Amino acid sequence: MADLYDQIQAEIAKYPDRRGAILPALRHAQEHYGWLSPEAIEAVAEALDLSPARCVAVASFYDMFFLQPVGEHVVEVCTNLSCALVGSDQVLRRFEDELGVRAPGTSEDGRITLRRVECLGGCGWGPVVSVDEEYQEHFKPEDVAPLCERLRASRPTESHA
Amino acid sequence: MPEGPTFAPPTDQSILLPFAGTRREIAEYEAHGGYQSLRKAVGMTGEQLVEEMIASNLRGRGGAGFPAGRKASFLAPGGERYLVINADESEPGTFKDREIILRNPHMLIEGILIYLWMIRGTAAYIYIRGEYHKEAAILEGAIAQAREQGYVGSPLMGTDYVPEVYVHRGAGAYICGEETALLSSLNGDRGQPTAKPPFPAVSGAFKKPTLLNNVETVATVPVILGMGGAAYAGIGTEQSTGTKMFSLSGHVRHPGNYEMPLSATYRDLIEGQGGGLPEGRTLKAFVPGGSSMPILMPNQLDTGLSFEAVVAAGSMAGSGAVIVVDDRTCMVRFALRTAEFYMHESCGKCTPCREGTRWITELLRKQEAGLGSSEEIDLLLDICDRVEGNCLCVLGDACAMPVRSHIRNFRDEFEEHARLGRCPCPDDAPMSELYPPLLRAPLPMVAAT
Repeated sequence: MADLYDQIQAEIAKYPDRRGAILPALRHAQEHYGWLSPEAIEAVAEALDLSPARCVAVASFYDMFFLQPVGEHVVEVCTNLSCALVGSDQVLRRFEDELGVRAPGTSEDGRITLRRVECLGGCGWGPVVSVDEEYQEHFKPEDVAPLCERLRASRPTESHA
Repeated sequence: MPEGPTFAPPTDQSILLPFAGTRREIAEYEAHGGYQSLRKAVGMTGEQLVEEMIASNLRGRGGAGFPAGRKASFLAPGGERYLVINADESEPGTFKDREIILRNPHMLIEGILIYLWMIRGTAAYIYIRGEYHKEAAILEGAIAQAREQGYVGSPLMGTDYVPEVYVHRGAGAYICGEETALLSSLNGDRGQPTAKPPFPAVSGAFKKPTLLNNVETVATVPVILGMGGAAYAGIGTEQSTGTKMFSLSGHVRHPGNYEMPLSATYRDLIEGQGGGLPEGRTLKAFVPGGSSMPILMPNQLDTGLSFEAVVAAGSMAGSGAVIVVDDRTCMVRFALRTAEFYMHESCGKCTPCREGTRWITELLRKQEAGLGSSEEIDLLLDICDRVEGNCLCVLGDACAMPVRSHIRNFRDEFEEHARLGRCPCPDDAPMSELYPPLLRAPLPMVAAT
């Protein structure tokens, strides 16, 4: 993956110390591979000239890095205080019913991963659901089924557009 | 489809965001006087700028309220040095920095450039939380526009100083909002706090002297230079000057971010701007400054929004995140949800926080399920006392302080759960119990010594 290597070199140029580029490098690798597989970690380690162990040690600290495979789409429901007060638990339950899985988990067809996450910073516009890194505010239980339908019909790259 | 964020209209006293909607384009920003404060700043020396900041008496908007001018004066002199902007906004209830970035990104960029000039910084890094995908892209766009305009990456307005600004995205960790953890993360380590000293002003980003400030603090600087430090100090109270963004959420008719002078009260915010509670509901309690702060009670609604007024009321102003809680809410669940968050976000480095947040959460989970006891409520208070003030950073305190306040103010509710052997709340109460009780075995009870 020459383009990943080049992307990481471009990130390194922004920092006086190449180690500063580890988070952007891991993010690019996750975008390329879908998750931080051993192969992805190896690519990051090589591009940064750091040990794979160090890359895993850093990656495992952060919630947004996946050290296990995830579905084609990732749906994250904030259930922290502000969202919970206005009904995010009911939204999460509806997702669990719709996808037949308890959070955190991936639907049996491997399409959609459901996670419960901490405060996303949309507290006055809750409940907030993040769908493939894009926020959807004021989310209601009745929005669950149409969203899942749309996600099932689209490939991962389409939902980013 | 769910609608997007709904921005509250400006208040009468708005000086930071005195307009409706967004001004993301540099041309729009400049048409309203944008980058004029930077021009003014370039005509001043670093010392003069620090003096102006001190005259404004601006206090940091991230949570601690430290005087921003004095902070800038602490930076070790000479050589390679960095400015880091804390855009890791993660304190539950807080979404104000996000609104500043979404609506007026150039105000932040201008503030950064003024700060950079003031300290002759090598570069600025905006550490933005990883979840703020769109906001990071907006900042990248604003920096690119400022670069085209010659404000970034080329000699600044006829001087030989070349400012540089980068966006650095986090990857999901509340603790990275803590300054030393943020710097660990920026330096490419796990985002764990470090002991102080050394302070960031001596050894921070890339082990160089670093000045670290919150988004709102930096975005306020162009306003201060525009109106003058003394005039800014005339707004608010003597010890808490100016206006501040307050994030209002929970059981309130019109949630949103409101810019309030620091001389206003929680009643002005919750009832005035927020329109009070929805029909038929009454106020049970409110969080005054993010979920880590002790809650306040309805009879404290007339407390001022200033740093000193909230301290006098027994809590702290924190990030300015106000969460309104109505009478139907189970305070045991509220406490549990609060504690779960801090347990999840504890970095695990120091024992009191790692173990304390876990114990507090487990005991609250038992309590919520009706499997606790009066003795265990005392044990909870005891653990809170042992955690607070004994951790490497303030995350442990952030769990202990609110939970203690939930118990102290609503002890009867906690006792009722134990007495009934279940949560007495109706099925339609705002929060459900997400975990089936005792999904995991409860911790063995040991006597507190």
